Amino acid sequence: MSHHRLDARRLLCPLPVIRTQNRVVDLAPGDTLEVLCTDPGAAKDIPAWCRVHGHQLLGIEQRSGELAVTLRVVAGSDAE
Amino acid sequence: MTKPRKALALVSGGLDSMLAVRVIQQQGIRVEGINFYTGFCVEGHTHAIRQQERARPRRNNALWVAEQLGIRLHIADTVDEYKQVLINPRHGYGKHLNPCLDCKVFMLGKAHAWMEQHGFDFIITGEVLGQRPMSQRSRTLPQVAAESGVGDRLLRPLCAKRLPPTLPERAGWVDRERLHGFTGRSRKPQVELARSFGLDDYAQPAGGCCFLTDGNYASRLADLWQARGTRDYELDDIMLLKVGRHLRPRAHFKLIVAREEGEVNFLQGYRRQFLHLATRSHPGPLALVDGQVDADDLQLAARLVARFSQGRDAERVSVAVQPLDGPEQLLEVAPLHRDAIPAEWYL
Repeated sequence: MSHHRLDARRLLCPLPVIRTQNRVVDLAPGDTLEVLCTDPGAAKDIPAWCRVHGHQLLGIEQRSGELAVTLRVVAGSDAE
Repeated sequence: MTKPRKALALVSGGLDSMLAVRVIQQQGIRVEGINFYTGFCVEGHTHAIRQQERARPRRNNALWVAEQLGIRLHIADTVDEYKQVLINPRHGYGKHLNPCLDCKVFMLGKAHAWMEQHGFDFIITGEVLGQRPMSQRSRTLPQVAAESGVGDRLLRPLCAKRLPPTLPERAGWVDRERLHGFTGRSRKPQVELARSFGLDDYAQPAGGCCFLTDGNYASRLADLWQARGTRDYELDDIMLLKVGRHLRPRAHFKLIVAREEGEVNFLQGYRRQFLHLATRSHPGPLALVDGQVDADDLQLAARLVARFSQGRDAERVSVAVQPLDGPEQLLEVAPLHRDAIPAEWYL
């Protein structure tokens, strides 16, 4: 299990979600991914994407104009 | 034992694709959604950029629909591939720069490849015969199915009864009798079907969901191509066409002037890529300059920016000019009078 970071700053919806989706494909179950964003919409869209695909949202943190959305990859949620 | 069938749905986030999914789900078929991002989507970007739009509920409608329907949604980034669709549409454009027929063929072709790669059996869409002037006519629906390569694995549950039976119907994967025969531009049948499903919250974008059907946006894109002498674009170009006032006072440069705080914040992200101006003596907008400018052009640009500042009625306004390299330059200018800005400068 390892922690990964993804820089999605300056990207507008739905690009932060797309980058998250494409990154998660390469991660292992249990891995965590922290996505840095500046589009406030990501605070809703990435959690929605997690719910739709069965991944676990760990938290959303505001950091001086930036958002850090962290999720845990859940086994079997995407690959079948 | 019969193999369970799987359908891949093109999900836009609107009502029709939502209904198409529900109709097929009700026949016990597992559905997953696919959504294509071309860079010309109206919804998310406008909300993200403009401060005043943030009062409205902010959500990605395709994701929201997927959640309501309990399906997975795969969002495909097709920005680069889509360029060829927009720049060289085989079937031409609609009213503006909307290549609707080519766009549908492109998206279905991509969905077809995804379907085959992931072991799905057929594709569904929310298309309704006669609803759209270009891509949803009786002549073009079969054309789209054929050109995309999907063929008769393409099922349109909302108007299937008006079309020849497709493979999923002939093979008994779905019951044709439980599909629909909607036609035309009326939304009544869809609204009634939504009500019967208990769906009362859905997106109905008044101006459509694609910027390419917007006359103002299309004219800005046409201007960009003309000014650059080539029909090409990068993602940043098409993003910036959505933001601010665009004025072309001279053939070789244009100004992008923020209209409110949200747009100022967005344009600030481009300060390292564009020469930009901002008023200093009075509150005012940030403006980017797209093109090569000389000292006279800068004077004109500064007077225009002053015009859109709170110093518009002042005798002199101080405007800071920040070139891409080199120190900031301060200009003292008289704001351009409203009557001195020809209507044709506005894009």
